[in-house]
Amino acid sequence: MSANPEPTTHPVSAAEGAAARPAAQTARKRRPLTPFWRAVGAVAWKDLRAEIRSRELINSMVLFTFMTVMVFSLALELDKEARQTTVAGVLWVTIVFAGLIGLSRSLAAEKDRGSLDALLLAPVDRSALFFGKMLSNLLFVLVIALVLLALLTVLFNVTLLKPLLIVVVVLGTIGFTTAGTLLSSMSVHARAREAMLPIILMPVVLPVLISAVRASTAILEGLPRDDWFPWIQLLVVADVIFLAAGYGLFDYVVEE
Amino acid sequence: MTYSDSRTRILRGLTIAAAVLFVIGLYLALFWVGPERQQGAAQRIFYVHLGSFLGSFIAFGATVAAGIAYLRTRDPRWDTFGLANVEIGLGMAAITIVTGMAWARPIWNTWWTWEPRLTSVAIMWLAYAAYLMLRSGIEDPERRQRFAAVYGIIAFASVLFTIIIIRVRPDTIHPVVAGPTQADPTGSFEVTGRIRDTLFFNLFTFAVITVVLVWHRIRLENLIQHVMRRKLEVLSEL
Amino acid sequence: MPAPDRTIEVRALTKTFGLNPVLRGLDLDVPRGEFLTLLGPNGSGKTTLLRILGALARPTSGTVRIGGWELPGEAEFVRAQLGVVSHLPLLYDTLTAEENLLFFARMYNVPREMRRDRVETVLRRVGLARRARDVVATYSRGMQQRLAIARAILHDPAVLLLDEPYTGLDQDAAALLDELLREVAIGGRTVIMTTHDLRRGHALADRIAILSRGKIAFDAPCREVDPDALPALYADTTGAATTR
Repeated sequence: MSANPEPTTHPVSAAEGAAARPAAQTARKRRPLTPFWRAVGAVAWKDLRAEIRSRELINSMVLFTFMTVMVFSLALELDKEARQTTVAGVLWVTIVFAGLIGLSRSLAAEKDRGSLDALLLAPVDRSALFFGKMLSNLLFVLVIALVLLALLTVLFNVTLLKPLLIVVVVLGTIGFTTAGTLLSSMSVHARAREAMLPIILMPVVLPVLISAVRASTAILEGLPRDDWFPWIQLLVVADVIFLAAGYGLFDYVVEE
Repeated sequence: MTYSDSRTRILRGLTIAAAVLFVIGLYLALFWVGPERQQGAAQRIFYVHLGSFLGSFIAFGATVAAGIAYLRTRDPRWDTFGLANVEIGLGMAAITIVTGMAWARPIWNTWWTWEPRLTSVAIMWLAYAAYLMLRSGIEDPERRQRFAAVYGIIAFASVLFTIIIIRVRPDTIHPVVAGPTQADPTGSFEVTGRIRDTLFFNLFTFAVITVVLVWHRIRLENLIQHVMRRKLEVLSEL
Repeated sequence: MPAPDRTIEVRALTKTFGLNPVLRGLDLDVPRGEFLTLLGPNGSGKTTLLRILGALARPTSGTVRIGGWELPGEAEFVRAQLGVVSHLPLLYDTLTAEENLLFFARMYNVPREMRRDRVETVLRRVGLARRARDVVATYSRGMQQRLAIARAILHDPAVLLLDEPYTGLDQDAAALLDELLREVAIGGRTVIMTTHDLRRGHALADRIAILSRGKIAFDAPCREVDPDALPALYADTTGAATTR
């Protein structure tokens, strides 16, 4: 068998039943594969479309967010100053737990309906599927984070809608959802999968979480650049590591 | 279940060597090297502390190599190798944490403090404990091996974190022995003369101990699997 | 060099799950344009075989070639030529039929300007054009299975893999599916179907193979097999194997 595929590209023809297809072409016919980023976009778009219609995930995540913030405000009973220092912790803990809801559902739904197989059957690089799922998860978590920023601004009376803080939120959620998408693709196969995802995800993303909390606190307290910039650097490093890990390892997770 | 005689001999020799090295290392740490100027005898635990951390670092590093090798070859022996390394690494890291606590009590006046270095090592320990949880949660053996390989690679991020964190947070109170730091840690000391010699000897000792333990753990795992296979065979003959 | 008319070529294929061998040295050739029915009891390895052919599972050993491309090394090129229907519909409940198909058309790289036409064509073929804008969750099991077939032929694949497509269908829906399968199978498409329905499998196919304990235990053209004798033959082939 020659190593070079035949250069003849055979576009998907509308002509059903092309019985006259030459035998030589059948032996080794090359169809143009789906470009990487088109597949990424298609998967993310499909998830958004489904979510906009059902609003299943977003609703439960937003409701959970409200309740968590409520519990925190009641449990902590904070004065103005204490609020300033704890709000970053409340913000990130809520993002992570609301995010866990989204992450565990997003891939579990694909697996149970068998649609994960449909995705895996498509002639695309599997890491494109990973980035597509990761992108839609990221969007859901970012929506939650935005809701949360507004909510905490109102309820805790601390201005959270600062550009720098939003940079930290975006960087932190990228790290969290990237690791989360990869690990939830493993936890869906586990017994007691709802418990498995937090167990395997938390230790891996704790460094991200710690960095994000420290950076957020330093920014909110108006500390000088040296106090938050190293944490942002660490966030970027973690994001890059997790993105690379997802790109390189997702294929091995999904192929039996 | 048989191994070649020569390999068994090498392992036996290494095991004895590790035991001898360990005794010598302890002797050096406890008697040969003098008490440290400020910390006195408490500093002596440091040789085991850093030695066991090196051991866990080697073991977790080997887990990454095992993961990559498994994903490439799909040879279950690499999975056994990875599992053995995680378990030994967890044990070594536990020694690091416990000795650290014993040292911190007289020097820092507390068993535990939420300080970057300690927190990051605790996270590392949790990550590899999660590795074992993941294994026990996946039923299909082939999938368990595959996922374990992937997770063994990702979990190394938590090891990197223990190393990076002190560069990001130089205000740690944990002493930094290797490399420069602007920090002013509590309980620092100079690594010179006999202290250095004792340290290097103990580091070497713990590296050897780790390798020997991993080797034994691999043999144990092979035995377990052998027994399981025999059981299945016997059952299917009934 | 394989003969050019062999679309699917499987040699000495094994697949082991842990200590449990599912496929034990399976050989199979399917010429271009043939409809092969694969019979076999549960656990004989039918689904595993189809999952390997679909590049969803990796063979433990052996070689698999589809349309000249080798698995698992050239899996993406193999997948580009496959259409798969399984007993699960492989569709998204909350999307409409049209949205589902447009999504998969993008995933299969159907050129943008042809996508809508193509989706319309296949929807008409499976008789769902009027329900195109309804959410899949409102479909009956039979309609979902028809839509699954529309999804599978969307990119005009050279090979169709059907894994127990009749599961959960009532008589009418099954009859409709018969007709549809006959229709999509013509025109040079190679088809492998697994089923428990002996008579139906015989009626649709050109060739029948029986899988037992991870190997092909029986393999003959349909015209040489008397459909009335098939149940006895099936019991003989698979039963003989289980008692060793």
